[in-house]
Amino acid sequence: MSTIEKDAPALKSKLNKAEVKRQRVLLIVAGLYVVYGIIFYYLPLFGWIMAFQNYKLKDGIFGSQFVGFKWFKFLFDDKTFLRDLRNTLGMGVINLVATTVTAIGFAILLSEVRNVMGKKIVQTISYLPHFLSWIVVTSIVRDAFATKGMINELLQGLHIIKEPISYFMHTKYFWPIVAISNVWKETGWNAIIYLATITSIDPSLYEAAAMDGAGRWQKIKHITLPGIRSTIIILLIMNIGNVLNAGFEVQYLLGLGVLKPVSETIDIYVLNYGMANFSLGTAAGIFKTFIAMILIFLFNFIAKRAGEERLF
Amino acid sequence: MFKKLTKSKMSGWDWAFVICNTTFLVLFCCVTLYPVLNTLAYSFTDGSEAILKNVHLVPRKFTTSAYKKIIFEMTGFRQGLIVTVSRTFLASVLSLAANALLAFVISRRNFIFKRSLSLFWVITMYANGGLIPSVILMTKLHLTGTFWVYIIPGLVSAFNILVLRTYMSSLPDSYEESAQLDGAGHMTIFARIISPLCKPVYATVFLFVAVYHWNSWFDAMIYNRLKPQNTTLQYELQKLLSSLTQLNPTADSSGKTANMTTEIQVRAAATIATMLPIICLYPFLQRYFVTGLTIGGVKE
Repeated sequence: MSTIEKDAPALKSKLNKAEVKRQRVLLIVAGLYVVYGIIFYYLPLFGWIMAFQNYKLKDGIFGSQFVGFKWFKFLFDDKTFLRDLRNTLGMGVINLVATTVTAIGFAILLSEVRNVMGKKIVQTISYLPHFLSWIVVTSIVRDAFATKGMINELLQGLHIIKEPISYFMHTKYFWPIVAISNVWKETGWNAIIYLATITSIDPSLYEAAAMDGAGRWQKIKHITLPGIRSTIIILLIMNIGNVLNAGFEVQYLLGLGVLKPVSETIDIYVLNYGMANFSLGTAAGIFKTFIAMILIFLFNFIAKRAGEERLF
Repeated sequence: MFKKLTKSKMSGWDWAFVICNTTFLVLFCCVTLYPVLNTLAYSFTDGSEAILKNVHLVPRKFTTSAYKKIIFEMTGFRQGLIVTVSRTFLASVLSLAANALLAFVISRRNFIFKRSLSLFWVITMYANGGLIPSVILMTKLHLTGTFWVYIIPGLVSAFNILVLRTYMSSLPDSYEESAQLDGAGHMTIFARIISPLCKPVYATVFLFVAVYHWNSWFDAMIYNRLKPQNTTLQYELQKLLSSLTQLNPTADSSGKTANMTTEIQVRAAATIATMLPIICLYPFLQRYFVTGLTIGGVKE
């Protein structure tokens, strides 16, 4: 997220009276936004104190009793929480890998299309699912994987399976279904950035490679993939922090009944138990943020070590 | 001419690749479109007919009764539509105005607190209090159970500020300087000079916010579950779909009543109705989304 800062040192303003007076409108506006930001973004951070208390709504943050790390200890002894942590990380990683690989593959294949009109049509269609809500997407997925749904119909038609499978009755199908839902929804959208990067690769590289007799596959391997490598890495680092955030809507909407042991994530845990016990819910939320930060810094560090592009 | 040259040079392997690639992309489009078209076909098929045999792309026993039902009979759905339309419109306009003004302040080159103010907002992108502190805050601010809980908390967002600021910083300074020489104040420069130049990026942010609000349901469930007059369209859809799922977990149990068969059709119609505005609009507006994504995402 680096932006080109155009400040020349000479233009850097000093905090003097004349300058403050000249910028007073800007300062008033900025001040109003800071007040807004403190209320809606920083006060909830202050609420983290609740995780170290036996928080009661009537006593408030200042009146509630402090209990140290009690709720964090509780979380690590709680089998449900550990199970949900496993589900969150497992599905998060699978989804990240699946959506990244399909987006890159789709972008490369689309970039090979020479017909401008065809390319445009395919790309427009590919964005469509991104604009649908998860409510709509999960409804479509539920129908598609239903016993009489199109997936069973297709597999039976191709004689791959004999009897229809009840996908939502077996836990083993749930993670793949979540991954497929994510891939279906986001492949086209995620490919946008990769396509933009591929377009910006210097065409003379391809021409030179063609002169040397490189085929299509060799050009993809030696020019396209290295050309988008830094984009892939930056996006991976940025998204790795979201691995834990991505586990809510689809799991909440699809993972009902017998699927709970494999579908419940930390966010669902917070919703189920945190609304009744604010301190516990806040502790689980802090834990999630903490893991996200560790993952971002870890991957940034690995990228730095490998001499790759990095976020900060 | 260049095209012809490359075409004539294509080898057998190249042709094989082009054919495979085209086939694959056509299949990709089918996989993307089929479920949506299938839902569309179900929404126009008479419910008792749909239960007998699967509908694919063409509706059987064509009827629009499901649409009539969701528009005229299901008050919750109609109410949700009104709330969603108002929230989408209000939030998009207000968020755009709020984010643009802040981005303008941050993008002024000699603004005294330029860096610290940017940092103040960038932090909010990575550190957030989580669900529980937010719920408590909304209760304390008396926003829970009101329409404004959809608008006020998300009014300013760091991502949109970054997109707008990047665009504004890329504009040449000369416009602003000449306006300043003419004695224009900061607000005049923002309204008269910068904003007209920012139309494309304003469209982008407006659309990002609008899509988010059109599709949101979680805040309705958390804050307005007990206030039916404030629930959103997507949440009403979710209620409709989950009531059916509970009745009939795999959507094909053997005890089919006339009422449940029509539910399949109603549910398809409701799904189509909620996605219709976005599907109709996005192909024409896609260049704005792409601009926003490329500005806000990775930059060299």
